[in-house]
Amino acid sequence: MKYLEIKNLKKSFGDLEVIKDISLDVEEGQVVAIIGPSGSGKSTLLRCATLLETMDSGELIYLGERAVTTGVNGEAILAPPKQLKKIQGYYGLVFQNFNLFPHYSVLKNVTDALTTVQKRSRAEALAIGRELLEKMSLSDKENAYPYQLSGGQQQRVSIARALALNPKVLFFDEPTSALDPELIGEILKVIKDLAAEQMTMVIVTHEISFARDVADHIIFIDGGIVVEEGPPEEVIGSPKNERTQAFLSRIER
Amino acid sequence: MALPVLLLKLSEGMLISIEIFVLTLLFSLPLGLFVAFGRMSKNPILRNTVKVYISILRGTPLILQLMMVYFGPFYIFKMSTPNRFLAVIIGFVLNYAAYFAEIYRAGIESIPSGQYEAAQVLGYNKTQTFVKIILPQVIKRILPPVTNEVITLVKDTSLAFVISVGEMFTAAKAIASAQGSVMPYVSAGIFYYVFNFIVAWAMEWLEKKFSYFK
Repeated sequence: MKYLEIKNLKKSFGDLEVIKDISLDVEEGQVVAIIGPSGSGKSTLLRCATLLETMDSGELIYLGERAVTTGVNGEAILAPPKQLKKIQGYYGLVFQNFNLFPHYSVLKNVTDALTTVQKRSRAEALAIGRELLEKMSLSDKENAYPYQLSGGQQQRVSIARALALNPKVLFFDEPTSALDPELIGEILKVIKDLAAEQMTMVIVTHEISFARDVADHIIFIDGGIVVEEGPPEEVIGSPKNERTQAFLSRIER
Repeated sequence: MALPVLLLKLSEGMLISIEIFVLTLLFSLPLGLFVAFGRMSKNPILRNTVKVYISILRGTPLILQLMMVYFGPFYIFKMSTPNRFLAVIIGFVLNYAAYFAEIYRAGIESIPSGQYEAAQVLGYNKTQTFVKIILPQVIKRILPPVTNEVITLVKDTSLAFVISVGEMFTAAKAIASAQGSVMPYVSAGIFYYVFNFIVAWAMEWLEKKFSYFK
């Protein structure tokens, strides 16, 4: 089943056309890595897919349910609020800068949306939260506050926070870009473990070798369009497009 | 005049100073939040109206504003003059709400947009986002400037003398001129200092309460 469909997404900021026309499908259990130079529109694509930005035109569909459709004049139309709220529960997002809530303990960061948004009981939320923290090897940190954690630990909390709501699709926006080099590995391992559990994920990353290892499908974006896409061995292993080749030779040492 | 008699005479004024202080905070702290929302509103008419309000209230002397609230109704609208104490409270509340609003606005605007975005993706609605995620962080950040305002308010209560509300300073002045003594002023000074010492201590305690996160 298609968990995510993006059709003919267009997005400009003023005169700057950031995304010219991008379509992509993500199947259940698939891991898609989006790579490309900075300013290519990768992050904007993710922000449109998670409704942090409203696309100018195009369609956005989760599990067959339409979050955004295109009107007769080509403009994007958001689904009614009730529908949107439901669709919002289908995806989670892990930010580059974690964006943990600084005034909440690690455990409350993970559980608060369960009680506040999903209206689950406290006991249920705590059980889910503790299980996820254990999975992230953070059980001993449940009462700590974000400022007391390393970047890698903070990012694991934010992954646990996103997983708590049991999303169908999990987005990662450059999840290791704000981390010290020695902390990158622990986050990549967590994502690999999730991939092994068939978690459907869309990952914007600069870690090319990681993308090759973890992704089923690579999308190379440049200048607001998909330049090349396919299995990692093709796009990264033997890229056909000149721009992909140039980008990869720049980034790989 | 013996010190106990002097203090007894001044105590009535102290009580009124404290009343002005408490009532002003009680109304201006929440009112300031609404003013801040108006100041940040997307509606240009509301936003600019509030901007003018803040500009006037911050740009003219509080003593003049108190006089306007008290004498304005009679001289401008030919209405009867309001109750003096009520006029003082209205004047103080309007003035302090303007200052608090700007402090709130600075605090709210200092919260990174990532906090709103994280809350939005997790499904918090706007009210939940503000009350649960943004406000606690704002309160922590604005405590030092709010403390400044609150300390200024303690001293500003003395301005009520201008429309003859018998607070501490009014009482001290009356006794000082009747007795030809500086002692009432010294006593008043000590009163304001001790009052502010307690305020600063309370605010420091509150800041400590919020020091569990960064």
